[in-house]
Amino acid sequence: MKKNARALTAQIAETDAIRFLVGTQSLKYDNQIHIIDFDDENNIINKNVLLHEAGEIWHISASPVDKSVFTTCYNKNYLLTLVSFFLASDSKVVTCAAVWRMPKELESGSHESPDDSSSNPQTLELLCHLDNTAHGNMACVLWEPMSDGKKLISLADNYLLLWDLKESTTKAVISSSTTLEGKGQLKFTSGRWSPHHNCTQIATANDTAIRGWDIRSMSQIYCIENAHGQLVRDLDFNPNKQYYLASCGDDCKVKFWDIRNINEPVKSLEEHSHWVWSVRYNHSHDQLVLTGSSDSRIILSNMVSISSEPFGHIVDEDELSDQEDNHQDEKIKEPLQDSIIATYEEHEDSVYAVEWSSADPWLFASLSYDGRLVINRVPRALKYRILL
Amino acid sequence: LSSVSTTDAVGADPIPKRRVHGMLKLYYGLNEEGKPEEKGDPLDPCDIDGAHFEPEVYLNKLRKECTLAELMDQETNMVKHIRSLDSDMQTLVYENYNKFISATDTIRKMKNDFKKMEDEMDCLAANMTAITEFSARISSTLQDQHQQITKLSGVHMLLRKLQFLFELPARLNKCIELEAYVQAVSYYGKARSVLHQYQHMPSFQGIQNDCQSIMAQLAQRLREKFQDGGSSAKDLSECVELLLKLDEPAEELCDKFLSHAKSRLEEDLAGLEADLGVSNVALGTSSDILEFIDRGCNDFVGNLCLLIASYQDLFVNRLQDGALASKNIPQMANAKLLAFVNNLVDRYFSLVECRIQAEKGVGDNSLLVRALDRFHRRLQALSKLLPGSNVPSKGTEIVVRAARERIRQYLAALQSFYMDSLTDVRQSLAAQRLSGKDSANLAELLSTLSASILNQIKSVLAYVHLFTAKDINFSNKPYFKGEFCSQGVREGLIVGFIKYICQSSRQFCESSGDKGGSTPPALLLLLSRLCLDYETSTISYILTLTDEQFLGQDQTPVTPVTALCSEAREAAQKLLNHYVKVQGLIISQMLRKSVETRDWINTIEPRNVRAVMKRVVEDTTSIDVQVGLLFEEGVRKAHSSDSSKRTFSVYSSSRQQARYAPSYTPSAPMDTNLLSNIQKLFSERIDIFSPVEFNKVSVLTGIIKISLKTFLECVRLRTFGRYGLQQIQVDCYYLQLYLWRFVSDENLVHFLLDEIVGSSAHRCLDPSPMEQSVIEVICERG
Repeated sequence: MKKNARALTAQIAETDAIRFLVGTQSLKYDNQIHIIDFDDENNIINKNVLLHEAGEIWHISASPVDKSVFTTCYNKNYLLTLVSFFLASDSKVVTCAAVWRMPKELESGSHESPDDSSSNPQTLELLCHLDNTAHGNMACVLWEPMSDGKKLISLADNYLLLWDLKESTTKAVISSSTTLEGKGQLKFTSGRWSPHHNCTQIATANDTAIRGWDIRSMSQIYCIENAHGQLVRDLDFNPNKQYYLASCGDDCKVKFWDIRNINEPVKSLEEHSHWVWSVRYNHSHDQLVLTGSSDSRIILSNMVSISSEPFGHIVDEDELSDQEDNHQDEKIKEPLQDSIIATYEEHEDSVYAVEWSSADPWLFASLSYDGRLVINRVPRALKYRILL
Repeated sequence: LSSVSTTDAVGADPIPKRRVHGMLKLYYGLNEEGKPEEKGDPLDPCDIDGAHFEPEVYLNKLRKECTLAELMDQETNMVKHIRSLDSDMQTLVYENYNKFISATDTIRKMKNDFKKMEDEMDCLAANMTAITEFSARISSTLQDQHQQITKLSGVHMLLRKLQFLFELPARLNKCIELEAYVQAVSYYGKARSVLHQYQHMPSFQGIQNDCQSIMAQLAQRLREKFQDGGSSAKDLSECVELLLKLDEPAEELCDKFLSHAKSRLEEDLAGLEADLGVSNVALGTSSDILEFIDRGCNDFVGNLCLLIASYQDLFVNRLQDGALASKNIPQMANAKLLAFVNNLVDRYFSLVECRIQAEKGVGDNSLLVRALDRFHRRLQALSKLLPGSNVPSKGTEIVVRAARERIRQYLAALQSFYMDSLTDVRQSLAAQRLSGKDSANLAELLSTLSASILNQIKSVLAYVHLFTAKDINFSNKPYFKGEFCSQGVREGLIVGFIKYICQSSRQFCESSGDKGGSTPPALLLLLSRLCLDYETSTISYILTLTDEQFLGQDQTPVTPVTALCSEAREAAQKLLNHYVKVQGLIISQMLRKSVETRDWINTIEPRNVRAVMKRVVEDTTSIDVQVGLLFEEGVRKAHSSDSSKRTFSVYSSSRQQARYAPSYTPSAPMDTNLLSNIQKLFSERIDIFSPVEFNKVSVLTGIIKISLKTFLECVRLRTFGRYGLQQIQVDCYYLQLYLWRFVSDENLVHFLLDEIVGSSAHRCLDPSPMEQSVIEVICERG
């Protein structure tokens, strides 16, 4: 990509192809959504470009159900802003959010050559606009995981908004909202929908605190004050252990929390040398944790001790034959330690987003500010150790 | 004589005397010693003096060998010899004859004398028979009378005994009245067997009964006396002695004796306990530990020793040769005594331990040591008295425990002292901040801190050293020689303390990470320097000092100096890193707020540098001063420090121009990225929160890196209007002007500032940069 970019998401509804969506961030040019297909067998990256004329993209997230639907949080277009800038002297840059659908032919992963698509970018179909005039800047939009894709949460300044998508996702209505109150200007920086508890909980981050919310009552259920020494940048829930939460922030640390005991982190890593912008659990092997930081590094850690499968599949292997017992013995001799698996330094600018592929659990993408997207694999040796 | 006669046949003249002597000697079995034999073979038949001389052979030989003249000479020679031999012979015979005559005379005289003596002997024998006769006659006449006398004296004796017996009850009563129990018992002891023997006779039986009742009374009285608390130990032992003689059961007596003694010893203990209670209630007024131990030793241990001595005297030693020895009573008594002593001593020990534990003051512990010493000595005396008991070992254990406890207390005291001094430092830091002269005398604070800690360690070492002083009795125990020195003092106290310093320093890093700088940064800096100092010199100094004072003899592995040093260094590094982080955080927080709160689109045209930037530079300068007080300057990367600002600014602005120029024209987006990418290829990767070195430049570089990177990231999150960009330009230039001097590599600052300006240009709606000259004017004015 030739443009600055911050937003990255995996196409969650897609389970066959390895596909990522990247949103560019540029004030001056037309912004684009890049659909990145990675052909695992041939090691080829295909790219399809969609125009996103609304403005520069700060956050992107794909619908868990409909693979062609996604949301973006964007700053209004440069031109539009300029217009408003001249019309009204008190205009501000406002971040909005909208739900989009990509054109049909791209939905299933078209086989157009990348050159064609980039020369001929297609426009997106606007499904609905999440109206936020009353609530301020949208920080991010989150889809409800594992459901019919009708519910959204958006974080706007200090508002937490729950949207219902109606009439085949063409209209969004605020079903409930809540505000974060406190002294000073409080702003949500990021949030995450917990995949557990029947999707009734989300966690948000503002400044140095992490808060948990119950969306049925829209009330706060827990609050980790001073979770990080400085701003909390990102969170992620462990997909297999319902009370475990990872967070990262400006104090260069990645912390793992048990939300039943919010006084102390379960574990704390300090491997990065600058702010950690993004943290992601692997969807199927929750010992693999990926972090991206503005020191231009991505670190893949193996947090065996707090994963849902602390010693591999030892229980399952009880019934195995003698031959395989040998393997098991070896494994018991050297159980995996909490460790850094790999540090990737391909990026030359700050890495603002990392994401696991939804199709291949051993694959992940990372995006740095200079627009470089890097797709990496979990090292093969480790993969086999986890699998076997 | 006969041999001489054999020489008659031939004689030789020239050496007559000698030959005669030789012959005589030969006769009397003497060898001619020392004189070399002139003539070789004694068997030579030609040797005229040899035993095997054969005249024929000799003559033949002569005849064969000699000339006539020689023969003649030989002959005359021979004649001379023979003559001299003859005369010798005559002399000998004469002498012998004389001797024989005188011997004959003597024998005659003896014969006469013996005859006279025989007569006298006969006379004596006759007299003796006469005497025998007389004496036989006398004895036969006296025999009757003698028998009568013997009988009479026997009767007299018997009567006296009977009289004694008859008088016995009265005497005994009298004795009892007079309280002469000893005499009474001795009387009774004399009479008892007789009475026992004749008890079938009614009169004797009466006496016996009387006596027995009296003695029972006596025993009763004795027992009463025995049980009476007031009687002295001597009285007691007397009582017991008497009672033993009266065949009282020894076991019971032992018990009674011990129980009696126990009550008295318990009084002592109670006294001690009361003292202890008082000391617990009001520590100020109580006796000190030496007094306490003294009292314990004098009262309790002294009495106990006395008791043991008298007890052993009574029950063990005396009975060993007495009749009761066969009943295993000594063993029984000993066992009882042991149990008794152990029981009491346990209580005493628990009291002493209570008291020792109450001794919490960490000041001069010579009193304690002396008290312990006295305690130990007295116990040794006790152990000499009672070899089988475990008292001394327990006592030593107490001493050892006390010493260990002491070391623990000292460690705690050191630690609290350290914390106190840290609090002091903190307060003085705060006071300085209030009074405005920020961190003016950090170095002074550091030196006072380390000096006071060192002094404290030394004084504690001196105190502890008392435990191993030469004149202290227990210092010879193997524990005090070996384990105490190496494990207790060196490992427990000194190493423990150093580790504590390191650990508490690390805690400063970790705890304040969450609360966000609850510790003043200056303190972090100070501690870091302190740890570094420890690493370089102090630790080895302290350990050498310790090793000198406590020459540990056991070879248990001790923590090596290097391990401690590395630990201290680690702590120092952590502290310094944390310091950099905290300071960087403060500055970057300032920058972040300033960027986030401002509306960059609708800002006005920059007229001067924003106050925040000035503040940043001010803070950096003060940090620079602060760090400079404690750390060395450090090495900068080679750069001309005298390079004028002008050339520097021109250089950087030209670089900026080169970079931004293409990006302002929307037609060439490729170039921007290409250029910036190429640029990045050549600039090194920057680790923002990387460990710093122990020098000023490195520390400052770290802080500035953190701040600028934050600035960069914040800028990227915002959108700028034209004047917003220009303001950033001004700010960055200002920073450039002032920050380069602090860092080791000014290119680093250039690079980061370029990044900031570049990023803001990217994020600018209307990127029209300000004229470099205008920027300069603004900055110089501000």
